[in-house]
Amino acid sequence: MIRRQILRYTPNQRTNHWLVAIFFLMAALSGLALFHPALFWLSNLFGGGPWTRILHPFMGVVMFVLFLGLVIQFFRANFFISNDRLWLRRVGRVIQNEEEGVPPIGKYNPGQKLLFWTLLLCMLVLLFSGLVIWRAYFSEYFGITAIRWAMLLHALAGFVLVLSIIVHIYAGIWIKGSVSAMVHGWVSRAWARKHHELWYREVTRDEHPERPISKKG
Amino acid sequence: MASQDIIARSATTTVSPSVRNQEEVAKLIDTTKCIGCKACQVACSEWNELRDDVGHNLGTYDNPQDLSAETWTLMRFTEHETDAGNLEWLIRKDGCMHCAEPGCLAACPSPGAIIKHANGIVDFDQDHCIGCGYCITGCPFDIPRISQKDHKAYKCTLCSDRVAVGLEPACVKTCPTGAIVFGTKDDMKEHAAERIVDLKSRGFANVGLYDPEGVGGTHVMYVLHHADTPVLYAGLPNSPTISPLVELWKGVSKPLGLLAMGLAVLAGFFHYVRIGPQLVEEDELPILKDPAVHEVDPAVHTFDPRGEDRP
Repeated sequence: MIRRQILRYTPNQRTNHWLVAIFFLMAALSGLALFHPALFWLSNLFGGGPWTRILHPFMGVVMFVLFLGLVIQFFRANFFISNDRLWLRRVGRVIQNEEEGVPPIGKYNPGQKLLFWTLLLCMLVLLFSGLVIWRAYFSEYFGITAIRWAMLLHALAGFVLVLSIIVHIYAGIWIKGSVSAMVHGWVSRAWARKHHELWYREVTRDEHPERPISKKG
Repeated sequence: MASQDIIARSATTTVSPSVRNQEEVAKLIDTTKCIGCKACQVACSEWNELRDDVGHNLGTYDNPQDLSAETWTLMRFTEHETDAGNLEWLIRKDGCMHCAEPGCLAACPSPGAIIKHANGIVDFDQDHCIGCGYCITGCPFDIPRISQKDHKAYKCTLCSDRVAVGLEPACVKTCPTGAIVFGTKDDMKEHAAERIVDLKSRGFANVGLYDPEGVGGTHVMYVLHHADTPVLYAGLPNSPTISPLVELWKGVSKPLGLLAMGLAVLAGFFHYVRIGPQLVEEDELPILKDPAVHEVDPAVHTFDPRGEDRP
């Protein structure tokens, strides 16, 4: 009998993910404090307005560097495959918890892949626009128009990033078993097969060398 | 003492204490009377106890080269050649314009760091300043400067401390030619109108008042010989407005963004309430037999419990 669990994330990957999460949380809360007056009270979490202003860019840079670690480890698994198109067309069923007609997908579903690339784009925009508006070190090298564009893009990318992470966190709450995959690393075989069948077939291939792997389409 | 004359306050969404009714004041700078003596710069430095670093002469009369956290007003000298081939020396006292619709105040994220008084003075409260520099981004006139000492933003206060007790700003008091005058905004406009009539009669066809509409008017105004092309005066904007980029950044998009984030959280909550979690029942996967056994019987489709034919 085989009922072993499957390792979805290695200890290093988990550590990397949660370090990004911690720095994201701090960068996001301090950024939101400056985003709208209604959230300025969040600056108290960081020791007041000036400390928020001082710390936010450093937290952002650390987050970006750590996020690159995730990108390097996961970007291959986030290339789109042909099943993804059909999955996306049937995303309505996915949201309704219906499984009929939803094609099997790899280690990541197309929603996760879209999230991955959106996060990467946001992170890049945030980094470069953030450097331009980093008054203490870099702003003096840029003209006022560049700074105004950077301000706008920084706020926009921050907004998209926060929105994406809200979706990301909710998906974790909704899809039972995915949080523990990132906490202790393991998923059940049933989970792997249900949510990421092609990935499941791939990681269990060694157990059944004869079984063909068919990525549909 | 509480301030009761605040008609706008940065990063504040409710009305500030504003029952006190004050007449709007204005400083009128008559560039046609200015001789470029820089007494106003000295008076500003004296009254506000500012001592800028000694800089370098870069071949112009501008001294220092630019506004700074310790230089709140600066004479800017422009050598302008007219079409007739004459040289005109245009001298403009630069500094905060005290806009009726201040871009700095719109951009500031820190509650109360920038306030606009009922008399029109736009003042920075460095106690509340966090040093982000957003005011610089918002300003159409490139006025505020962040100090490298304390990382707070500074600019001309229109001597709000003097004006509050009925005195005119220090630069006004010291100006030896009367090129800078101070009073109610209405009086200053009237005074400017008289000057304009006088100057027109003496051949300055394009003379006019600089009180730009795009920022709701200003509480520092200029009489310019070339009011048709203010940009001649060391880049004074022809028609300053708060940049559309800043409007977009600080305008309606922020509350909408906040709303969208809140709605996303709510949408997640109600999705969970209405549709519920995506659970995996472990029974969905039949207990596997030993793969070795499976291998010898290819008819057993262990991994396909529904028996679907998969291409």
